[in-house]
Amino acid sequence: MIPPSFTYRRASSVDEALDLAAELGEDAKFLAGGHSLLPLMKLRFAAPEYLIDLGRITELSYVRDEGTYVAIGALTRHHDVNTSALLAAEIPLLAHAAGQVGDPQIRHRGTIGGSVAHADAASDLPAVLLALDATFVIRGGSGTRSVPAAEFFKGIFETALEPGELLTEIQVPKPASPNAWSFQKFTKRAIDWAIVGVAVQSDKVALVNMGHTPLRASAVEAALASGASVADAAEHAAEGTGAGSDIHASAAFREHLARVLVRRALEESRSRG
Amino acid sequence: MSILGTRVIRTEDPRLLTAGGVYVDDLREPELDGAARVTFVRSTVAHARITGIDTSEALAQPGVVAVLTVADMTDFPPPPPPTPIDPDAPPVEGPMPLGGPWSEPLLAVDKVRFVGEPVAMVLTDNRYQGEDAAELVSVDYEPLPAVVTFDDALAGQTLLFDGTDTNVSQRRDGAFDDSAFDGCDVVVEGDIVNQRVACLPMEGRAIAASWKDGKLTVWASTQNAQLSRLILTAIGLPPDAIRVVAPDVGGGFGAKIGVDREAILVAWAAKHTGRAVRWVESRSENLTAMTQGRAQRHHIKIGGTADGRIQAYRLDIVQDTGAYARMSGFLPSLTVLMAPGVYDIPSVQAGYKVVMTNATPIAAYRGAGRPEAAATIERAVDWFAAAAGLDPAVVRKVNYIKNEQFPFVTKTGAPYDTGDYEGALDKVLAAAGYEELRAEQRRRREAGEVKQIGIGLASYSEITAPDPAAGETAKVEVHDDGTATVYTGSSAHGQGHHTAYAMLVQAELGIPMDKIEVIHGDTDLIPVGVGTYGSRSLQLGGTAVHKAAIEVKEEAAAKAAQLFEASASDVQLDTEAGLWHIAGDPDKSLTWAQVAGAAEGGLIVANVHFTQERPTFPFGTQLSLAEVDTETGKVTLLRHVTADDAGTILNPILFEGQRHGGIAQGAAQALCEEILYDADGNPLTSSLADYGAITAAELPSFELVTSETPTDLNPLGAKGIGEAGTIGATPAVHNAVIDAVAHLGVRHIDMPMTPERVWTAIQEAKKASAK
Ligand SMILES: Cc1cc2nc3c(=O)[nH]c(=O)nc-3n(C[C@H](O)[C@H](O)[C@H](O)COP(=O)(O)OP(=O)(O)OC[C@H]3O[C@@H](n4cnc5c(N)ncnc54)[C@H](O)[C@@H]3O)c2cc1C
Repeated sequence: MIPPSFTYRRASSVDEALDLAAELGEDAKFLAGGHSLLPLMKLRFAAPEYLIDLGRITELSYVRDEGTYVAIGALTRHHDVNTSALLAAEIPLLAHAAGQVGDPQIRHRGTIGGSVAHADAASDLPAVLLALDATFVIRGGSGTRSVPAAEFFKGIFETALEPGELLTEIQVPKPASPNAWSFQKFTKRAIDWAIVGVAVQSDKVALVNMGHTPLRASAVEAALASGASVADAAEHAAEGTGAGSDIHASAAFREHLARVLVRRALEESRSRG
Repeated sequence: MSILGTRVIRTEDPRLLTAGGVYVDDLREPELDGAARVTFVRSTVAHARITGIDTSEALAQPGVVAVLTVADMTDFPPPPPPTPIDPDAPPVEGPMPLGGPWSEPLLAVDKVRFVGEPVAMVLTDNRYQGEDAAELVSVDYEPLPAVVTFDDALAGQTLLFDGTDTNVSQRRDGAFDDSAFDGCDVVVEGDIVNQRVACLPMEGRAIAASWKDGKLTVWASTQNAQLSRLILTAIGLPPDAIRVVAPDVGGGFGAKIGVDREAILVAWAAKHTGRAVRWVESRSENLTAMTQGRAQRHHIKIGGTADGRIQAYRLDIVQDTGAYARMSGFLPSLTVLMAPGVYDIPSVQAGYKVVMTNATPIAAYRGAGRPEAAATIERAVDWFAAAAGLDPAVVRKVNYIKNEQFPFVTKTGAPYDTGDYEGALDKVLAAAGYEELRAEQRRRREAGEVKQIGIGLASYSEITAPDPAAGETAKVEVHDDGTATVYTGSSAHGQGHHTAYAMLVQAELGIPMDKIEVIHGDTDLIPVGVGTYGSRSLQLGGTAVHKAAIEVKEEAAAKAAQLFEASASDVQLDTEAGLWHIAGDPDKSLTWAQVAGAAEGGLIVANVHFTQERPTFPFGTQLSLAEVDTETGKVTLLRHVTADDAGTILNPILFEGQRHGGIAQGAAQALCEEILYDADGNPLTSSLADYGAITAAELPSFELVTSETPTDLNPLGAKGIGEAGTIGATPAVHNAVIDAVAHLGVRHIDMPMTPERVWTAIQEAKKASAK
């Protein structure tokens, strides 16, 4: 519960953060809200020598209307995503899901960029952004690149981010029927991470905590595309997934939950949209 | 109007709620200036021989003051000689640690027996250095097979203690006789597990110590400073060379009765090194090394007539006591004592075995042995009612001990003082709208809805002030400035004693509460005291304060009479105004300041040590309404209605507060909390991310019904309310969830009733009924 010692550096701009990252190399980690990184350090599962604090980079905290898509700065807190009027109107799935992360304290510290960069398959927002076909804007020493969500999440806590690269913006296309959404988060307690979660936007379905990365329920989407009923399509929810067993649930129960929750999510999104 | 029985706001709260609390980690006493931090090196394996400890690398780290192992403990008095085990002697009964071959070392000697057991201690200038240096103490372990489950322990293939031939450290024969069940129309038999849970006070364990001029001062987060002092004499000091102070204490729940081995070590380290030291445990230490609770497996058999009269009940207990028998047979002996609960059952057979496992030691947790008894008899009664096809409320009524039977001695020897069990049940059924709830349940069942509801009842009786002969002390002083001071041997750690005791003094003496200071938890000021546990404080400690106030009043009356030049029998105290008068002459008055000022030394004092003839037995009924999502197994608590009767109520706010917290913890055991180990004895729930402590979001607003049946064992009429919540709520919630899915064929689900367990039970019942 006491982290090993580290050196703290604060960046006040994106350029400074990138310079610091280049200077300090592989032993440095970016610190955003700290709500994933600091617990790992306290348990001594992570021991970076340097922390580059992004917390004061206010230029990365925004929710902006860009016409066909909404741009969200990586440092935007979950609370600000949750309460954004723009998102409530255009992408209510994302606004709602951000309000389901942890508890109010966590939502006032944790950032959308931190959640995406950390890429915990049990986290809510990565799967939601996958269902929404978001694009992640990355800046590094060699410039800026954009990676679609479908190519971003590579493995357990592994993403397309290279060491020293900074996630700066999340671009979320406005769905054609914004109200056709549902987010089913199954937990034992309100504060918990999802045992299983399901994000639906129209006929796009993504799963939380059903494998090493957030996953699209492709078999469900394919069934829907070929005209299957919601109930029949939902039966395919666990196909191609790789849920694990832990003290909260067995893999078999997770697969069962995925089927039930996908069905409920599709029913709800259709009744809304 | 008397202040007693009124809703007086807790006087403790403004300070505690505005960050004014001073816990051990906050203390800035001059004696603790520059105190070294203690970090324990703890066993990382559940069961192993220690073949070597190398402290050299740790010693070379910056800020390291000392690294201490058992080899440094040469200045300890020798331990008492081990008592040889006589295999033919009957097993010992008793609450205290067993000693002899089963005894618990302070720092591991040659073996470790649970993950988290202290092996070495590192003293550093600051806490960060301590954590870094502790990682560098290298301990060589030669692993042994771990004893993790009840069955591993009973099988005895691996033994925890050399010089023994069993892992059963104590047993009490249940005198099981199957003929008691002959002639029963309905008999149900099965296993019920009361799982291991964490005590989880918000403040973990914390100790600071300083050694100066031959006196040891220890600040301890404890439920009783005086017992702690006694335990600390283990380091070879007489009690009067030790002062123990309990500053603010952030909860205890039984796990802070006295102090643990770590506290003895911290105190010793102060004396050994001459430097003040402080230890404040982390949450992971708390979840692995603070004593835990429950951990019993019950085999039950219950039988009775077709019309619901229970004839015989058997309870066969295996108590997992963890790696060391801190309380030995005490917990299961309370379970045996309370086995039949509120029922008049002609034949009750109960016994236990205490087994050692490679797990954190078990000790008292809010209720300590009684919740386990209530959880099982209440489950058994529902089980029996379901098998007989009867309404569980009806079966309870048929079998209750009736009002006219009190005082009543149960078949297990518990002398129940007073009770109105049917009255409490009726109040709860009426408040909940029992018939309407059953109608709604029928409707949902018939409609085959996905979300089903269940109604769970639990009636309980519990023993409070289980050690009435130990009693409690109080000293009340009135000073010549008209203020009063109360010194109590009980030890508040969240309950609100300061409010309660000041109310008692104001009621008796008419001195307003804001002029009354209550002091507890300092052995220099209060050398004799017992402490706060077992729901004993108001009935014993409160009565002592009440009686001391009466003695002060009597002495003051004599003093006032002298000043009035009247006879003492003509002197009256106006407790509204706090003024002394002569009967019939309201114009002439004396203040407390004047009366105390005229006494010797400007002080009127009374000391009382109140002991009670017998324990008291509060009781009540709780009803839980649970909704189960039958597709996912998820449980939502919709309502919780209770009548908890603990005699005369001094302050409804304090009374309700105890019920709230207790119900939450009780519901938590039923639904989400469990300490888990893997097959090698590694803890799987050593942080709050994994241990499912309940939060307000999982609980409904509680509907608290009043029931007040005084005891005649103390002048306040008070019994204890501290543990009622955990005793009543666990079985009420347990029964509610099972009731919700009973129509699907589910008979029982073990706690905690996680979604997966509930869902699996439904699937298995469906499979069974398909056959
Ligand atoms: C008690 C608790 C409960 C929680 N419950 C939930 C929950 O229910 N659902 C859920 O989804 N999450 C939950 N979280 C996690 C929370 O959402 C975190 O805030 C989030 O996952 C990480 O965001 P952060 O800003 O705190 O990132 P940090 O912890 O600061 O960083 C996480 C990782 O991302 C990297 N990083 C951060 N920002 C960037 C960036 N811009 N570019 C590149 N790398 C970056 C860091 O270097 C680090 O490796 C919970 C956390 C806690 C403590």
